[in-house]
Amino acid sequence: MSTTLNPTIEKETLAVETKPVRELSGSQAVLEACIVEGVDTIFGYPGGAIMPIYDALYDYHDKLKHILVRHEQGGIHAGQGYARSSGKVGVVFATSGPGATNLVTGLADAMIDSTPLVCITGQVFAHLLGTDAFQETDVVNITTPVTKWNYQITDATEIPHVLAKAFYIARSGRPGPVLIDISKNAQIQKFNYEGYTRCNHIRSYRPKPIVRKEYLEAAAKLINEAKKPFVIFGQGVILGKAEKEFKAFIEKAGLPAAWTILGLSALPTDHPQNVGMLGMHGNYGPNVLTNDCDVLIAVGMRFDDRVTGRLDKYAKQAQIIHLDIDPAEINKNVKVTVPVWGDCKETLPMLTQMVEAKQHKEWLSLFNQYTAEEKAAVMDAELFPKSGEMTMGEVIQQLNELTSGEAIIVTDVGQHQMVACRYAKFNASKCNITSGGLGTMGFALPAAIGAKLGAPERTVVAIIGDGGFQMTLQELGTIMQTGLNVKILILNNRFLGMVRQWQELFNDKRYSFVDIQSPDYVQLAKAYGIAGSSVSDRNDLRSALFSMLASDGSYLLEVMVGKENNVFPMVPQGCSVSEIRLK
Amino acid sequence: MKKEFTITVYTENQVGLLNRIAIIFSRRKINIDSLNVSPSEVESIHRFTIVINETEEVVRKLCFQIEKQVEVLKAYFNTNDEIIWQEMALYKVPTDAVAEKLKVERLLREYGARAVVIRKDYTIFETTGHREETDRLIHFLEPYGLIEFVRTARIAIIKASSGFHEKIKEFEAVEPAEELIENEFLNQGQAVFTM
Repeated sequence: MSTTLNPTIEKETLAVETKPVRELSGSQAVLEACIVEGVDTIFGYPGGAIMPIYDALYDYHDKLKHILVRHEQGGIHAGQGYARSSGKVGVVFATSGPGATNLVTGLADAMIDSTPLVCITGQVFAHLLGTDAFQETDVVNITTPVTKWNYQITDATEIPHVLAKAFYIARSGRPGPVLIDISKNAQIQKFNYEGYTRCNHIRSYRPKPIVRKEYLEAAAKLINEAKKPFVIFGQGVILGKAEKEFKAFIEKAGLPAAWTILGLSALPTDHPQNVGMLGMHGNYGPNVLTNDCDVLIAVGMRFDDRVTGRLDKYAKQAQIIHLDIDPAEINKNVKVTVPVWGDCKETLPMLTQMVEAKQHKEWLSLFNQYTAEEKAAVMDAELFPKSGEMTMGEVIQQLNELTSGEAIIVTDVGQHQMVACRYAKFNASKCNITSGGLGTMGFALPAAIGAKLGAPERTVVAIIGDGGFQMTLQELGTIMQTGLNVKILILNNRFLGMVRQWQELFNDKRYSFVDIQSPDYVQLAKAYGIAGSSVSDRNDLRSALFSMLASDGSYLLEVMVGKENNVFPMVPQGCSVSEIRLK
Repeated sequence: MKKEFTITVYTENQVGLLNRIAIIFSRRKINIDSLNVSPSEVESIHRFTIVINETEEVVRKLCFQIEKQVEVLKAYFNTNDEIIWQEMALYKVPTDAVAEKLKVERLLREYGARAVVIRKDYTIFETTGHREETDRLIHFLEPYGLIEFVRTARIAIIKASSGFHEKIKEFEAVEPAEELIENEFLNQGQAVFTM
């Protein structure tokens, strides 16, 4: 049968032919892609090589909110904060050359912390590539080790399908940052736009592995036979949106569960089976009992060296089950007995079905005994000091009482980060935002801006040290201009505290360049039109925190804390987790 | 224990992918002994052949990292007894020496060499074989004034492989078939499973 005689086919052909094909510029196609992908907020900074996209953005300002940051690093950290609080892909625009290189720290941070980002950088005209043109940098090659995927577009017709791929890769599987570099000619070029189709398959990329039931059965058998099973969980639970499934699993099998700092808030901190934090400054029980459990069940975590301490003395007695979506994580650092490769949203319910309902009361109470010991040795003095200088712990404790664990806490890097993660209370997931893997000082202020935009209904408190704050304080300008409501809590110990602590403990108190001065933060905030105050007296702390939280807009509160306080417990570098020190 | 491994990687044809794969090695300060990129048995799919000297544990982890790259379909690693491999070498020697001193016929017979070009001033021989075979010919030709020597990277065929024609269909399917075993390493690593 001739196709021309087939009325349906003829009709279809006609439909395609008469469908009005719009002529769009590459820049417009970029923004159309953002809209179809559900992007509502873009963090960015314009410049020469990305001007055509910004010109197009002028007409899209009612559909896409653009946040003008003060530095591209601030832009990408804000994108990360947005992605972490909303669970969506963060989008960042930057220009070529220095604009793009300023993204590198954030890309590395997002890469190691598995944060979904799509970064779009402008690039010089394609005919100038390789000529050392003004603001030309080989961005694709610079960013290759710190992106999940990157690609350079030099022809506008590539834009729709490459961006579809970019968003798909960023958010699927183990999420990560994607960078798309678009040459200026491609941004300007007009082409026949045939619409935007979201990507859901790339043949060389399998984000979600097929779950292998036999491994799950082996895992369930180990758990059912275990006398002292212990769950350690990471951000995989949050990224997999599997908080409920995780809770159901540990509740049915009666398993004590401890978290990595990126796993924090996946399980409410007050949950009776939540036994605390793992790692270098984690809780006493989880660290010591890692080397006492008989079955260790790792869920969505990657056995970072800050979690495991000395590897050859890590959980050697235990059978290890590792649930992870990324096969490269299995056996990377710790040899596992049973690998469960898959999305924990799928594997956890299957495992829950297979495990027997149990309560490991005695085993769980052992954790509580260690907690009591830690409380007496460390926590009481940290959280409820009666005299002396203020502690970081008591600030967090007071904050907990005022927010009831409902706030998003964004932390920077250092002592305050460890204290905040140790003591902050969380009732809801995606509420702890911190730079975990990379340990990027200067992360918190811009990330808090993004976190607030990603979850506008929540209170966002950025807890920052005096060192980290001075790395990205220019983003106060972004807060000023957007009028966002972000609470900034600076814990000022007039030192680069964590390095000072190490110098005290391991370098005979040779304080080498850790004595850092601060400007008058309250005056600084005022210059940006942000209200603020500073407290150095314990008696004023509560009311100061209350004023901060109750203020209508952004607020900066500086708390002067003890200069030479240390964070304990601590697993010294090169020691086993069971050698954790209480002082 | 370190030994020679040949890594075979099936990939999409994409600008920058060579760099993405190479930095997986350089990041860990691992030297690539030999690297070849060529088309594969499947149209549009490229095939990397990488030779390194490392322990099996390290090679296994490297393969996981390679396979993690978006445009990589599969990475296999094999020891030398699991593959058939060849390298090609070219040798440039002065024609005088060849004409007067060299027993060309012996060269051709013993080393499987072939004269590619014979000019007044120089002659180019070619041979294909294992590393030690091409090396042997260097030593043989050196006394005659070897002007230039160059050798290609290793290319290898995996003895047990049934090729990529069937695999690619599974990769192209949006929903992979149930019987598809996506990660042979987990299977091969039964030791991991029963430890």
